[in-house]
Amino acid sequence: MTTTIANLKVGERGVIEDLDFDNIPLILLEMGCLPGIEVELIQIAPLQDPLYIRVNDSHLAIRKETAKHITIKKF
Amino acid sequence: MGKNETIKVALVGNPNTGKTSLFNQLTGLNQKVGNYPGITVEKKTGISKLDKNTSATIVDLPGTYSINPNTLDENIVLRTLLDNNHVDYPDVIVVVADIENIKRNLLIFSQIKDLQIPTILAINMSDQLEKKGISIDIETLKKALKTEVILISARKNIGIDSLKKAILNCNFLNTKPLAVISDRIDADFFRKIKEKFPDQHLYQSWLNITQAENLNILKGDEKKAVQEFRKDGEKLKALQHKETILRYKQINDILKKSYKRDISKGTDLRSKLDKILTHKYYGYIIFGLILFVIFQSVFDLATVPMDFIDEAFAKLSNWTKGVMPGGKFTDLITEGVIPGIGGIVIFIPQIAILFLFVAILEETGYMSRVVFLMDKIMRKYGMSGKSVVPLISGTACAIPAIMAARNINGWKERLITILVTPFTTCSARLPVYAIIIALIIPQKRFLGIFSLQGLTLLTLYIIGFASALFSGYLLHKFLKVKSSSFFVIEMPNYKLPSLKNTFITVLEKTKEFVFGAGKIILAISIILWFLASNGPSDFKNAEEILKSESVNQNIDSDEYKQQLASYKLEHSYIGIMGKSIEPIIKPMGYDWKIGIALISSFAAREVFVGTLATIYSVGNNDENNTTIKQRMAAEINPETGGKQFNFPSGMSLLVFYAFAMQCMGTLAIVKRETNSWKWPLLQLFGMGILAYIAAFITYTFLS
Ligand SMILES: Nc1nc2c(ncn2[C@@H]2O[C@H](COP(=O)(O)OP(=O)(O)OP(=O)(O)O)[C@@H](O)[C@H]2O)c(=O)[nH]1
Ligand SMILES: [Mg+2]
Repeated sequence: MTTTIANLKVGERGVIEDLDFDNIPLILLEMGCLPGIEVELIQIAPLQDPLYIRVNDSHLAIRKETAKHITIKKF
Repeated sequence: MGKNETIKVALVGNPNTGKTSLFNQLTGLNQKVGNYPGITVEKKTGISKLDKNTSATIVDLPGTYSINPNTLDENIVLRTLLDNNHVDYPDVIVVVADIENIKRNLLIFSQIKDLQIPTILAINMSDQLEKKGISIDIETLKKALKTEVILISARKNIGIDSLKKAILNCNFLNTKPLAVISDRIDADFFRKIKEKFPDQHLYQSWLNITQAENLNILKGDEKKAVQEFRKDGEKLKALQHKETILRYKQINDILKKSYKRDISKGTDLRSKLDKILTHKYYGYIIFGLILFVIFQSVFDLATVPMDFIDEAFAKLSNWTKGVMPGGKFTDLITEGVIPGIGGIVIFIPQIAILFLFVAILEETGYMSRVVFLMDKIMRKYGMSGKSVVPLISGTACAIPAIMAARNINGWKERLITILVTPFTTCSARLPVYAIIIALIIPQKRFLGIFSLQGLTLLTLYIIGFASALFSGYLLHKFLKVKSSSFFVIEMPNYKLPSLKNTFITVLEKTKEFVFGAGKIILAISIILWFLASNGPSDFKNAEEILKSESVNQNIDSDEYKQQLASYKLEHSYIGIMGKSIEPIIKPMGYDWKIGIALISSFAAREVFVGTLATIYSVGNNDENNTTIKQRMAAEINPETGGKQFNFPSGMSLLVFYAFAMQCMGTLAIVKRETNSWKWPLLQLFGMGILAYIAAFITYTFLS
């Protein structure tokens, strides 16, 4: 099923399909957020934002507004 | 290598990979080692002896995920490595990676390698290989990466000698670029670049073009040529994305053959702790408790040494007065220098305790969880989760706090953080608060546990944070600055703080603060003493005037001596200055003596207590009132006949100090960090006016 990281529930995983490059900072790619890479949503901050994800062996926190531009295929 | 040579080495790598730890191992010099990504704000250099004749100058550069900078700190890396004329331009670069995040670490390695400067890859934390279930095939990596690769442990001192040897032999390293990707990105475009800049390495030209706004080193024709290539910004962005994807592709291929990880091992502690520390209720409760413990211990633990210091300096002053011959010089020492130094030493306990807590929070990795918890909240006030670190550090000192705002990504979020940080209760305010609270709040307990004095202090802290947030909100609404902000932070692994690192941090920060602020305080103390013990004709003729006014005075009586002393103070230069602002400050409940202290506080707040000490020691010969506190408590307001430091005027002073921007050091730093006088002036006047109005309202309402 295709969705975005912003719609994942805690513990769910998927593979990145596409990134909307216009709305995503280069640094996120440089940290390994790339098509074909597996992502797991580890935790959602108490106020629903930001999101704590594991991607490419890195543990990152990103904001929802960024996460919704990363399309994934859910496992 | 020849005789007595020095090799220039730059340490580069992701945050938290152990660059600073390696730097300490190599140079023996110590500096801050932290767990919060991006702790190295300033550039650090040191010397390392490689063999008998050769030494190396080592630069510890700020941690960065990529050579393309996102923050001011990261910009230092780009500027150092791209400018052949830079003082720190290295002969060899050591890229520090750690075993766990090697894939991401290799991205910056691959970029650096393409600069065609000799580059060594040092893979750190090898002591944890087994525990994390990782195996690395170094020989295969060496071949694939076309350079020297060394496994090290900066903490356990493993592999450091091999690294030194590799640095010694850096001239023999292969400097071919790693990723010949230009053809695959856009062959045509890159050929044009090469034609335009035939003497440069291609990747260097590429960075000159994409990072022109961060570089500022190009001139004349070269600049024009670069601008030509920058016309199509969208295209450049797309090419950068493509470049990153291709680099990772290559890295993945390399690691497939050389890196193995048993994922069943490790990561347990992280997830367990994260569940609690970022929990929707417990997370905030724990954070609140931690803050409470910090502030409670700052006040409670520090009072004992502070009282001791206060008494000790009072005694020292009296003792010196006794043993030294009378005269101007003795007065300078006992009334100017000793109280001045005492005013600095007295808040060492509080600063040390605060820095200790901040250092521990950063070292353990907890601070990143706080950033995660607070981001959404802080955004409402125009800031980012990362602003929490400056705001908490601001409770120690606004100067390092404002510098810590450098790793906030968006300019607007960073600017607002810088502007509001001085509202947080810094330790320079503490001596002022402490003494006034002790004077006007009874030493009682509320509900049997909370001390009223402690609660008052807590309220002042909360006022500080609340006004920081509120002004952040206003700035967010009304400040029109263009900036794109984004938020990506790494959540590092939890670590036990190293005792040595924490101790060094606390020591360094306290020293820096005491000597930095101390100089200003001491100088002002001496100037004040001079202004208080000199004056125009009324001052010089004080004795004659007093004698002629009161005919039958016994000039040996204590009463007369006191009269003379206070008459002199009133007519000294500083008395004149204080008096001239009295009409302005009277609505807040202050007299001209407090006026004097307010004037001198504009250099630095903590001078307030020292100033009053100086003023009252000049104007007071009563041997029983020796500490500052006793003297202040005894002070009578000549107009009302009541105490000068009573509840209304004391509260008004607390409010004034909570809001007013009275720190030259902070203003200077804000000017430096924002590169404009506009922002420090906004702080000075905005906060000053707010302080005046609030103190006026407080005084009027309470009296
Ligand atoms: N187990 C282990 N831990 C290490 C080693 N080297 C460093 N560390 C720890 O890793 C953490 C980060 O080390 P730093 O030296 O501050 O890292 P840095 O690269 O300077 O970090 P930034 O300045 O933030 O970029 C500290 O807690 C160190 O104690 C090592 O060889 N083994
Ligand atoms: Mg460092």
